Amino acid sequence: MNHVKHKGHEEHAVLVVNPGMAQFESALNDIRALERLAARDSPVQRLDPRAMVIVTAAFLITVVSFPKYEIAGLVPLVLYPAILVAVGNLPLRVLVRYLLLAAPFAVLVGLFNPLLDRAITARLGALAVSGGWLSFLSILARFLLTVSAALLLLAATGYSALCSALGRLGMPRLLTTQFLLLYRFIFIVADEAQRMVRAYVLRSRRAGGMPLRVWSSLTGNLLLRAYDRGLRVHTAMLSRGFDGFMRSRHTPHWSWLDSGFVLACAGFFLLARFGHPAELLGRWVLQVLR
Amino acid sequence: MHMADALISPATGGAMWVVSAGLALHAARKLRNEITERKVPLMGVMGAFVFAAQMINFSIPGTGSSGHLAGGLLLAALLGPHAAYLVMFSILTVQALFFGDGGLLALGCNVFNMGFWACLVVYPFIFRRIAGNRPGWSRLLTASLMAAVLALQMGAFSVVLETRLSGISELPFGKFLLLMQPIHLAIGIVEGLVTAALLSFVWKARPEVLDFTADARDRAKVSLKPVLIGFGAAAVITGGLLSWFASTHPDGLEWSMFRTSGREELAAPADGVHRSLSEAQKKTALMPDYEFPRPDGNREESPPESALQAEHWPAVKAGTSLAGLVGSAIVLALAGLVGLTVRLKRRRS
Repeated sequence: MNHVKHKGHEEHAVLVVNPGMAQFESALNDIRALERLAARDSPVQRLDPRAMVIVTAAFLITVVSFPKYEIAGLVPLVLYPAILVAVGNLPLRVLVRYLLLAAPFAVLVGLFNPLLDRAITARLGALAVSGGWLSFLSILARFLLTVSAALLLLAATGYSALCSALGRLGMPRLLTTQFLLLYRFIFIVADEAQRMVRAYVLRSRRAGGMPLRVWSSLTGNLLLRAYDRGLRVHTAMLSRGFDGFMRSRHTPHWSWLDSGFVLACAGFFLLARFGHPAELLGRWVLQVLR
Repeated sequence: MHMADALISPATGGAMWVVSAGLALHAARKLRNEITERKVPLMGVMGAFVFAAQMINFSIPGTGSSGHLAGGLLLAALLGPHAAYLVMFSILTVQALFFGDGGLLALGCNVFNMGFWACLVVYPFIFRRIAGNRPGWSRLLTASLMAAVLALQMGAFSVVLETRLSGISELPFGKFLLLMQPIHLAIGIVEGLVTAALLSFVWKARPEVLDFTADARDRAKVSLKPVLIGFGAAAVITGGLLSWFASTHPDGLEWSMFRTSGREELAAPADGVHRSLSEAQKKTALMPDYEFPRPDGNREESPPESALQAEHWPAVKAGTSLAGLVGSAIVLALAGLVGLTVRLKRRRS
């Protein structure tokens, strides 16, 4: 159900004997790579994380609020990720890889549309286009826009800053703490798990998944180790004055730049949603050509 | 089972966000008294454990394929329902952010589908009842299987419902349901087996770790009130959503027809509600019909299918689509150009 599927990393093929190993390496590397993006310095990363949260929410709502056959209306919204990628100096490769990893579900469900909705809704000269293909293309466009917006939110803020921003926007502190602790522990527990799986792989001749009996005792042991580790860490935290809440070291200040960013984005989204800029531009150009 | 933003409507996504966030607030309030106890760090580390365990594949006997853990039920058995719900919330958020698994707007749906049912409904009302305080292997297995299958069936059903309410995918309700429920029956059985195996290991090694065996002081009497309130809120919001859809959206109307008549398809009514609704929709449609003026002054004759379609949706006309295509291409080129310019400038400076 919860898919954390990741294809093998070419650069990390040294110890990869079993697909499970590759998954670990790859997933942890993905997380680290995304965190490194947020550590870059650019006007995008200097924004208050709260501004990014607000703008991302507005962007997502704008994208999904278009009617289901809409394509031309969605295209101008590409400007938002394009400008952020450019100004934030983010590598396109990471974005493309992330999009490919996330693609299967939306594409799979969307593919039913051309099969089920065959009524002709549009004509381009001699080419008749069915409603299903239009809505499928629209789903793909939505997918590209929403998934890149999620990545950009993370790349512009970084996980910890994002969590404290959510806390300052009203998320319960218990949940903020949970978000931060989960992230800290992922690396610790995944390292432990990786060592255990490596030990198993080196001693077995099997490829692929392990039998359920082995899996349950291995994972059970991992669970107990993680549990003990958690308690030890907790004791250490308590002895250093932990009172149930994590505090962040620096709190970003909301500046007029952040207000400007939010207002500009909101204006642009409204224009893109209700102004039909792509169509108007197209008509104007066609008229000029004529 | 992760839903993507591309397939949901703002109304569905927003409503499910309200429900899931409300449940999170409720769970956080419930846990407030336990904060300084050891539950908070355990929540973090157990979330991380589920994350890691998901990456360790096991082989499913006889099929040659492999599966992995979903974890909602396991978390509830380790941490109790409220803490487990919050942990699922955080896991799904991290998955959405770092791996693009499920969208941010769809997060409300995903938390509800995978967290709410397993942690807040099935665990306290099915699993605990069957497992009791001192379960043997067979009780543990029965409880885990029943609970996992039920949780996944409810989750799958919710996915179908939310997809249908959103109206972006063309998959008909009945067929999608027939596709999803059996698949998730199989996944549920595997999940149940795996959860039982893990729980029995922990039960043998360190029984005090488990939530349901810890001590049965006030655990036996679970208050039904919060769940009923949650259900009530969900019903009201879904109802509001449904009526909103039924009033502007032929698909939502069809859906509610199916609900009320028990048949998936009714003969399309040529007059009455259906027509007046589509008329109303035409009037309220946000997109005015731009049409490119043809040189000979004649309007293109639309074929019969297209006319039929126009009853349902604001038709996309040739002029509109050509202008849209040209404009879109220009905008795309502009976007690329902007990106390239900024990048070149940066490289130079």
